[in-house]
Amino acid sequence: MTPAHQEDIDAHTGTATTGHEWDGIRELNTPLPKWWLYILYGTIVWAIGYIVVYPAIPLVSSFTPGLSGWSSRAAVTQDLADLTQQRAPMVDALAKASLQEIGKDDRLRGFALAQGRAAFGDNCAPCHGAGGGGAVSFPNLNDDDWLWGGKVDDIHQTIAYGVRSAHEKTRSSAMPAFGQTGILKPAEVDQVADHVRSLSGLPTDKTYDKAAGAKIFEENCSACHGAGGKGNLEFGAPDLTDQIWLFGSSKASIAEGVHRGRGSMMPAWSGRLDDTTIKALAVYVHALGGGK
Amino acid sequence: MSLWQKHQIFEKNSLILVIGVLIVISIGGLVEVLPLFYLKSTIEKVEGMRPYTPLELAGRNIYVREGCYNCHSQMIRSLRDEVERYGHYSLAAESMYDKPFQWGSKRNGPDLARVGAKYSDDWHKQHLDNPRQMVPGSIMPGYPWLAKTELDTREVAASMKVLAFEGVPYSPEMIENAEKDLVAQASVDSADADAMTKRYPKSQARKFSGLEGPVNEADALIAYLQMLGTLVDFKLYDGKANLR
Amino acid sequence: MAQSTQLAGSQNPLSKGMSAAEMTFAVVAAAMAFLSVYITAKTTSGPFAFHASLFALASVATVVAVFNRNMNSGGATIPQEIDGKPNYNYGPVKFGTIAALFWGIAGFTVGLVIALQLAFPALNFDLPWISFGRLRPLHTSAVIFAFGGNVLIASSFYVVQRTCRVRLAGDIAPWFVMLGYNFFIVIAGTGYLLGITQSKEYAEPEWYADLFLTAIWVTYFLVFLATVIKRKEPHIYVANWFYIAFIVTIAVLHIGNNAAVPVSLTSPKSYIVWSGVQDAMMQWWYGHNAVGFFLTAGFLAIMYYFVPKRAERPVYSYRLSIIHFWALIFLYMWAGPHHLHYTALPDWAQTLGMAFSIVLWMPSWGGMINGLMTLSGAWDKLRTDPVLRMLVVSIAFYGMSTFEGPLMSIKVVNSLSHYTDWTIGHVHSGALGWVGYVSFGAIYCLVPWLWNKPQLYSLRLVNWHFWVSTIGIVLYISAMWVAGILQGLMWRAYTTLGFLEYSFVETVEAMHPFYVIRALGGLLFLAGAVIMCWNVYRTIVTPAAETRQVPSGALAPAH
Ligand code: HEC
Ligand code: HEC
Ligand code: HEC
Ligand code: HEM
Ligand code: HEM
Ligand SMILES: [Ca+2]
Ligand SMILES: [Ca+2]
Ligand SMILES: [Cu+2]
Repeated sequence: MTPAHQEDIDAHTGTATTGHEWDGIRELNTPLPKWWLYILYGTIVWAIGYIVVYPAIPLVSSFTPGLSGWSSRAAVTQDLADLTQQRAPMVDALAKASLQEIGKDDRLRGFALAQGRAAFGDNCAPCHGAGGGGAVSFPNLNDDDWLWGGKVDDIHQTIAYGVRSAHEKTRSSAMPAFGQTGILKPAEVDQVADHVRSLSGLPTDKTYDKAAGAKIFEENCSACHGAGGKGNLEFGAPDLTDQIWLFGSSKASIAEGVHRGRGSMMPAWSGRLDDTTIKALAVYVHALGGGK
Repeated sequence: MSLWQKHQIFEKNSLILVIGVLIVISIGGLVEVLPLFYLKSTIEKVEGMRPYTPLELAGRNIYVREGCYNCHSQMIRSLRDEVERYGHYSLAAESMYDKPFQWGSKRNGPDLARVGAKYSDDWHKQHLDNPRQMVPGSIMPGYPWLAKTELDTREVAASMKVLAFEGVPYSPEMIENAEKDLVAQASVDSADADAMTKRYPKSQARKFSGLEGPVNEADALIAYLQMLGTLVDFKLYDGKANLR
Repeated sequence: MAQSTQLAGSQNPLSKGMSAAEMTFAVVAAAMAFLSVYITAKTTSGPFAFHASLFALASVATVVAVFNRNMNSGGATIPQEIDGKPNYNYGPVKFGTIAALFWGIAGFTVGLVIALQLAFPALNFDLPWISFGRLRPLHTSAVIFAFGGNVLIASSFYVVQRTCRVRLAGDIAPWFVMLGYNFFIVIAGTGYLLGITQSKEYAEPEWYADLFLTAIWVTYFLVFLATVIKRKEPHIYVANWFYIAFIVTIAVLHIGNNAAVPVSLTSPKSYIVWSGVQDAMMQWWYGHNAVGFFLTAGFLAIMYYFVPKRAERPVYSYRLSIIHFWALIFLYMWAGPHHLHYTALPDWAQTLGMAFSIVLWMPSWGGMINGLMTLSGAWDKLRTDPVLRMLVVSIAFYGMSTFEGPLMSIKVVNSLSHYTDWTIGHVHSGALGWVGYVSFGAIYCLVPWLWNKPQLYSLRLVNWHFWVSTIGIVLYISAMWVAGILQGLMWRAYTTLGFLEYSFVETVEAMHPFYVIRALGGLLFLAGAVIMCWNVYRTIVTPAAETRQVPSGALAPAH
């Protein structure tokens, strides 16, 4: 930018160029735009202020905590406390009331349903479906067919401790692997599978020997599923006569169950969800349609 | 005007320009990165963290290979709704043995930091095979090949050795027993399971995919998913002591 | 590197007149070939064996090419000047330009595929190599590193020669950079499909690809610097400051973030030396500055050459160049923690990340101002020259995304936007609007210059490209903004009783229409790029005499 260069004035803008040229490109020596500079200064001042107020500068063994003493962990703890506060009147009432009392009090019940619905979507729906409709090996929760009981207390217990879960209070009986353990021979498995189908009026194979099938069932299965196959809530043994199938009604799937055993797992929610949420879920599930 | 002319030193001397650039770009990184290595408050003291078992490590490698981090975060932020939806906010300590970290940057699917023990093995198996069978609105790809692919265990011990070299507390005993522990964890009622659990507290042994036969990739991946977020007992965790 | 050292009196016909550079490349490539064959034979990993054999083939090809070249040239040196004019080396530039087009189409297509997969998950087809988790990194690497990288390297080789008025330093080295870089991309991309990845975003390639890239990048730096050093111009042009900052910083970032120990020489797998929170910080120190130096500084360099050139106007302000250059490269390096707001990264680091991101706003806009205001006195050209229009719109998008970025760095905003499609919207306003358009503009300028044509085959087609892809961009980013904000609001929505209103999958389902619109936008953007390829192809193959002659100097190199 020797004086000689400064004489190089761009005709259109009237601004001097720097006097250099690269492959035909020149540069104007325009001063920094004022507004640009002021906003830049503004952001710098703001940034300094922000750094003073919030934890910011790392030191040798700690960092500057900032004038506000703010911390994201303290802030979220506070937010959650506020939320708890906001819900407290209802939550306390829920916590105190028994499940039956909740069922009778419309206000409490409405509140429990709202809370239950929220928890159901993220925690239960992946297995039981968004509307509680269930899927293969995951029971439907809105029909009136229950493995472990459809009273609100039964439901509550299932949710809190799970089925065959890692919780010590879990519901735990499981169906033995009759085929694998050699208790039943393949032919017997075949017979009893047909028998099970006959219980709900499904067609059976020609090879099916009615008497043999019934005998095998009587000796091995009725202990859990009951003499007529009506199921037993104590063992979570399904009713085999009602045409509602957890694992499917085909002979193959029934025979597979008898061969390998059955016993699907429902996690315990006690510990992961708090007690009132579990209560609310019990009320919610009970209200889905099949509650007894 | 004269100040502007000083800049010519960079314009006329490429090495000075390069050195200038190097100095200017170094400052920010140094101030932000170095203190994370010496400030004690960076990683809070918690009970329960242990390195991954060989099976979990193998599962984690599958998680990385399939790119699950492209859709799933493993970092519950300290925000009200995240803590309510996913559980306690994530601690730095919880990923202290993660090389590389898997915090993620996009949630096409939910956070997985605490998915361990939330579902059954069977659910995971079916979900991986066909997510829409379990969750009709899911946009997650199916991974049916995992259960059909035998797990390659040949490099597990060597991997642990490298990780130990990089500071993960794998003992020589753990490395020595790597393959044995891996098989034990993926078996029902293995005689070696107790020794494995002793080396890796809170680890669980079972055939995670529910399939008979040799250890497959779904076994490993499910074992990894089922341990996520299960190590730290937050009932014992003192939040106040760990504000930073 | 350029002069060939004559090995006088040598009996070996092959080594007759072999230059030091030729020798070095041949010997290193031969060593690489042996190593690769060894690994191919020893590794237990099929994909790694595949990669090692590709390396072996490439190494052998390198040796053959070097000898071939030596035989053909007879050891003669390539003149630095012809008739007093610099003998510019355009070979690698041409290659990079074509490669950029190729990878652009590939990268946009994969982008379209993953966009469709998010809308229609059945398109994953239950196949490992095309499942979303493997294709997404393929998309990001293909567009950023393959498309963007080729544009950057090619344009930098062009610009540095022209603005220094000398031939590119080295003869084999620039080809090594160009071909080696593209080979790296093949390794990286096929690796993702086969499940080889480090899972570090934008740095997914495994250790051996990382090492190879390091060698290429150092060579790139040396070629560039050596060219600048031997320049005939007294001053280094501002575009070259940006190129230098880009090359140097990417080298530093790449090495820092990829520090890893391989399981063994014969294993493709490695473990990063950093862990957990420190690794997260290293990753986003890298990731943010990959944006800052690869997608910003490098493309600003392109802007600083091609915009004044095309508009035939001087750069708006030299002083602004100085301030915004130094401020930009200083401040960018602090902003990484804005990717980690509210995470387990300590609060103090998040504060710094946010504060510096805000200050970064004006230095970024300095570039925008310098670009846009260069048009003063030439605005009327926007009506007639769609190429210039593309360049100008790219600058506008740059301004937009560097306003949006600081906004998203504010913690309360980020608490909503992080993890959502808002980030994706931001990314693509920068990526499609800024990176895409500035690259297209530069390529449209370069092609006639490189292939010695008076002008492009058709400006009408450029116009079509412009409008089709602009509609595409608008669809893409507006869909993602709505989707992202909706997603963020749904995640945190509470019922009046104080409970979360939506389950996660409900928010997934709500995204569907926007994902369809986004895919449509992507399709249009891709269609625009296809039009461009046709135009470029026609420009190159049409003999110069056939194109309509326009008496304008703007489209021809100002020799
Ligand atoms: C990992 C999948 C899974 C999840 C998640 C899950 N369940 Fe279950 N649930 C099951 C399975 C499997 C059964 C059946 C157990 C059996 O076979 O006896 C079951 C059974 C039940 C039963 C008993 C049904 C009956 O017929 O007696 C209730 C009630 C129930 N679940 C409610 C819930 C609620 C409420 C939640 C959420 C907090 C939930 N479940 C989450 C898998 C799951
Ligand atoms: C120890 C108790 C027990 C015995 C003995 C038992 N079961 Fe079961 N059975 C169960 C339980 C518990 C389930 C439900 C498992 C689950 O929910 O995962 C079940 C499920 C079934 C089902 C699946 C029902 C459906 O809805 O899909 C069939 C079929 C069945 N049992 C048949 C039999 C037959 C046949 C026998 C005898 C050979 C038998 N069970 C013996 C406990 C028993
Ligand atoms: C295209 C995005 C995508 C990819 C890739 C993906 N997921 Fe998912 N994932 C989802 C979505 C969406 C959901 C929520 C719906 C559902 O449960 O399927 C989900 C849910 C899950 C869940 C249940 C989480 C919960 O708390 O309900 C698990 C576990 C899971 N994914 C694991 C994985 C693993 C492991 C991989 C890689 C092998 C993977 N995902 C890859 C999108 C993805
Ligand atoms: C046809 C055009 C394109 C389409 C359809 C497209 C589509 C997509 C999709 C679907 C994603 C994944 C989003 C998610 O996970 O939710 C994505 C991510 C990404 N794309 Fe593109 N893309 C296109 C062009 C580009 C271009 C040109 C660039 C860069 C120059 C680019 C850079 C990126 C980046 C960096 C990401 C990762 C963003 C993040 O992790 O936050 N894309 N793209
Ligand atoms: C002043 C300039 C900019 C600032 C301060 C900025 C800031 C941000 C912020 C806050 C995020 C979101 C981080 C998160 O929540 O996860 C982000 C993401 C991103 N930005 Fe920018 N941005 C800027 C400019 C740009 C430009 C010009 C581009 C060019 C393409 C770009 C590309 C990206 C990409 C690719 C991501 C996604 C990173 C990921 O994978 O998560 N940014 N940026
Ligand atoms: Ca990302
Ligand atoms: Ca890498
Ligand atoms: Cu950033």
